[in-house]
Amino acid sequence: MKDKNEIDATGPRRDGDHHQEDRRLFLKQSLAMTGLTLTPFSFFNAEPDSYSVLAGNADRVDLSLTINGVKRRLSVDPRTTLLDLVREQLGLTGTKKGCDLGQCGACTVHVDGQRVLSCLSFAVMQQGRKITTIEGLSNGASLHPMQEAFIKHDGFQCGYCTPGQLMSAVSCIREGHANSEAEIREYMSGNLCRCGAYPNIVKAILAVKTSGQSV
Amino acid sequence: MANAHQNPAEPHPSLDRVDGRLKVTGAATYSAEYPFENLAHAVLITSTIAKGRIRTIDAKAAETAPGVLAVLSHMNSPGVPAYGSVKLPAERAPVGTAFRVFYDEFIYFSGQPVAMVVANTPEQARHAASLVHVDYESEKHQTDFEANLSKAAVATSVQRNKTSPFQDYDRGNPDAIYTAEVKIEATYTIPTQHHQPLEPHAIIAVWEADDKLTVYDKNQGVKSAQGNLAQAFKLPRENVKVNSKFIGGAFGSGIRVWPHTVAAVLAAQKVNRPVKLVLGRELMFTSVGYRPFTVQKIAIGATKDGQFTAITHEGTGQTSTYEEHLERTILATRAMYVCPNVSTRYRLLNLDVNTPTWMRGPGDATGMFALESALDELAFALSIDPLELRLRNHADSDPERHLPWSAKSLKDCYRIGAEQFGWKNRILEPQTMKADGMLVGYGMASSLYGFHRHPSKAKAVLLADGSVVVQSATMDIGPGTGTAMTQIAATMLGVNPKKIRFDLGDSGLPDAPGQNGSSTIPSVGSAVHAVCKALKIKLLTLAVAIPGSGFADVRPEDVTVKNGRLFPSADSSPGIAYTDILKHHKLTQVEVTEESKPGAERDQYSMYSFGCHFVEVHVSPVTGEVRVKRVVTCADVGKIINYKTARSQSIGGVVGGIGMALMEESAMDHRYGRYVTTDFASYHIPVHADIPQIDVFFVDQPDPYVNPIGSKGLGEIAIVGVAAAVANAVFHATGKRIRQLPITPDKLL
Repeated sequence: MKDKNEIDATGPRRDGDHHQEDRRLFLKQSLAMTGLTLTPFSFFNAEPDSYSVLAGNADRVDLSLTINGVKRRLSVDPRTTLLDLVREQLGLTGTKKGCDLGQCGACTVHVDGQRVLSCLSFAVMQQGRKITTIEGLSNGASLHPMQEAFIKHDGFQCGYCTPGQLMSAVSCIREGHANSEAEIREYMSGNLCRCGAYPNIVKAILAVKTSGQSV
Repeated sequence: MANAHQNPAEPHPSLDRVDGRLKVTGAATYSAEYPFENLAHAVLITSTIAKGRIRTIDAKAAETAPGVLAVLSHMNSPGVPAYGSVKLPAERAPVGTAFRVFYDEFIYFSGQPVAMVVANTPEQARHAASLVHVDYESEKHQTDFEANLSKAAVATSVQRNKTSPFQDYDRGNPDAIYTAEVKIEATYTIPTQHHQPLEPHAIIAVWEADDKLTVYDKNQGVKSAQGNLAQAFKLPRENVKVNSKFIGGAFGSGIRVWPHTVAAVLAAQKVNRPVKLVLGRELMFTSVGYRPFTVQKIAIGATKDGQFTAITHEGTGQTSTYEEHLERTILATRAMYVCPNVSTRYRLLNLDVNTPTWMRGPGDATGMFALESALDELAFALSIDPLELRLRNHADSDPERHLPWSAKSLKDCYRIGAEQFGWKNRILEPQTMKADGMLVGYGMASSLYGFHRHPSKAKAVLLADGSVVVQSATMDIGPGTGTAMTQIAATMLGVNPKKIRFDLGDSGLPDAPGQNGSSTIPSVGSAVHAVCKALKIKLLTLAVAIPGSGFADVRPEDVTVKNGRLFPSADSSPGIAYTDILKHHKLTQVEVTEESKPGAERDQYSMYSFGCHFVEVHVSPVTGEVRVKRVVTCADVGKIINYKTARSQSIGGVVGGIGMALMEESAMDHRYGRYVTTDFASYHIPVHADIPQIDVFFVDQPDPYVNPIGSKGLGEIAIVGVAAAVANAVFHATGKRIRQLPITPDKLL
C-alpha cells in the first residue's frame, strides 16, 4: 500500500530528483509561517491583548499574485489557505476540498508550474507566485489535451477529484513520470478517487503522453 | 448464447458524459459552491465522549470572538418543530427515534453534534470553535462489537412485523447440516467501513422567507430530502426547495437527511443569513453512517460430489442505541443456490455509536463475502474447482420464492469471465502457482443484487428549434444518469443527443426516487422511455392534423423517427420534421409528462441481477503484501444503455471491493468509544498504485419482464462478491483463509 501521507508530495515540487531539497523548502516555508503567526502583535499593527484575540482577529495581509494569468492584489486573513482563498474568496470553486489535510490531492493546483496541494499552503506564502487552477488549465474555449482525454477515456464519475487529477496528470507528464502505466500509477497515487476511475485515468494520461501533444 | 462485449468493441457507440466538459473544467457546481452575498460559515463541535450528558457549554469566549454570529446548541436552538419540546424529566431516546440535533443534553455517540459556531468567514468560525468548552458527565459506554456480541437480539421492529424478511427463516430441514457427508463451518467478520466519498458532505441553507427554505445539499434524493425537511420544519412541501445538481460521490452516505443538514438549517434561521456547512474529513466518520460491523457464521453441508444439502447462515450487525438499521446480510443465501434445507438468522447489536446506513451493495456485499468465501472453503474441502461447484448448485429458478427468474444469464457470466480470465490455467491445489518470487492466486466469486424499480415521472419538452428538454428529479452521484437518460431519449425520439438537455437534482422537477438500490436506470430510465414515447404519439397526432402530411391512418406503433423527423413507417418516405410540425400549428413547444411504475410482474417473476468476478493476486511470501494484478468482471444487468459509463461503474465497484477486501477498516479505541481512523492516512482506500487494469464484460440481453427498457441497475452488483473473490485468490496463493476483513499483511504472516 502506498503511504498516502508522504511529505514530499505536499511541498512545492520541482522535479522527482529534488525531493529532499523540496522537503527542506517546504519545512522552511512552514516554519516561516509558524513564525509569522507567533510574531509579536505589532507585526500586524494590531492591538490585541492576547494570542487568542490575535488569532481571532488576525489583521489582513496584503498579497499580490497571479491567478490564471491575471494579476491580483488581495487582502487576506493570514490563516487562509491557498485552497480557501481560491474557493471562498475568489469564487474559483473548480479546485476541490476533499480532506483539507494533504491526503487526497483534490486541491492540487500549479504554483509556478509545479503541482502543489493548496490545502497545505497558506495564501500569504504565495506572494508574487503564479497560480494555475483548473479554470486556467485550458486555453480559452478549447480544452487542454488532458481534459479531452479524460472525457474520451471516461476518467471520472462524480467529478469531484477530477480537477486535482487533471492538474496532477499534467504535472506527471511534465515531470517526465508518465512513461508507463506503472510509473503513472506511482506518480498519481497522491490523488485519490473514490469512484474508482483509476484505470481510465491512467489510460487518459498514457494517451496524452504517447500522442506527443504539448501539455 | 449471449454475446459478450468489451469496450471499445461496443455494439453501439457510447455517448461521452453529457456533463463531462463541466466536470473537467471545474465548472460543475457542487453543494458548497453556490455564491451568496452575506454567506455565513458554520463549524460543528462534536461530542468527545460516547455516552453521557452535557453538563454545561461555555461559549462566552467564542461568542465574543471576532466575526462570530452565533454559537448554537441545545441551550439556544430555535428548535425543530417536529421534535416537539423536551419532556421533563428528560429521558434518553428509546430505540426507533431518529437522532434529534441540538435537542437535549444526552450524548449517544462520540462525534455527535453538540454545538455549532457560525461566523463571517471560515477562519473565524474554525478559531471560535476551538474556544467553545463543553463539560460532560460521562457514563460507561459499550462500543466493542465482539465483546458485546452475546447481547445481540432480533430487532424490535422485526419482532413487531411477522412478515419481515428478517424473521428467522427455515426451509426444509436445516438440521440436515448435522448429517451432511461433507460440511464446512466458519465465522466471517467485516469491520465497520465508511463510504468516504471524495466530496465531504456539505450544505448551504437559505431561508428565503419565514416559511420558505432552500438548501443546496449533498444527498442522493432531492425529493426525499424535500419531504424530510418539510416534515421536520412543518412547512408545506412546496415551500422547501432542494438543489443537488452535482454530487461528489456518496455510495449510500447521502440516502438520509443527516443531523448536520438540519443543524445548518437551524443556524441559517438563527442568524437569518445563508449558512454554509462543510464537514471536515474527520466528521465524515461519525456524521453520515457506515457499513456496519458484522459477524456471520455460515455452515454448508454437501454430498461428496458437491451437491448442497443444507446451508445455515447467521448474521449479526451493529446499530446505534436509538435506531435499528437492518440490511440484507443473510438474504442472498436463500436465493443464490439451489439447496433444499436452509436456515437464516439475523440479529442486531445496539452499541453507543451512530446509526449505520446503506453502503454500496448494502447487506449483499457483506453477506456474499461470507457465502462466497464459504463456498470456496467447501470447494477446497471437496477438491472441486470453485467455479464447477457453483455450476453444480446453480439455481434455475428462485429457490426461496419458487418463481421463475425474470431473466438469468449467470452461466453465461461464468463462461465469459472464465474464458477471458483464463480460469482453466488455475492449478487446483493452493500455494502451487508462483511468479517472480510471489505467490500467485486465482479466485472467483458470484454476485447478485435484487431488482428495484420505483414509480417515476419525467417531463419532455420539444422546442421550436427541434431541441428537447427532458426533466426528472432523479440524481447523479457519479454513474452518469444524465448521460444514460439523454441516450434513451435520443434513441426514442431520433434526435441528436447534442440537441437534448436532461435536467436532474432539483426537487422542483417531476417526482423520481433517490439514487439508491441500483434503481435509477430501471425506474427513471423507464419514465424517460415512456415520456419520449408519449411525445412521439403527440407529434403523430399533430402531424395527422396537417393536410397532406401523409400521416392519416398511421398507427403509433408504425411510426419511426430519425434525425428529428417523424416517418409514417420504416420505409423511405420523406416524413416531416418536428420543427415543421410545431411551425404548422404555431406552437412554441410541445410538452408531455408521464409516469412509469412497476406492475404485477413482480409477483410473477423473481428479479435479480447476477454476475461474477475473477481475480488474480500476487502475495509476497516475505512481507504478506497482497497486490491485485488482474480482475475480470462480468455482469448480467439486462440491456446496457451506455457501455462507456457502465464499464466505468463496474470498474468502480471492483475498486471499492478491493478496498473492502484489503484495506478498509474503521478502528475504534474502545476506551473512549472513538474512532482512531479519522482521515485518509489512517482509513486506507485504494490509490492509483493499488489498482490494475480491470476488464469488464456484460451479457447485454434485455430482461423481458422487468421494465420497458429491459435494463436492471449496475451500481451494487459491481461490488457484491468482489471481496470474496479477492479473499479466495489470497487463499489460493497462500493456503491461508482470512475470514476477518481487511486482509492486511499481518494476517498473512
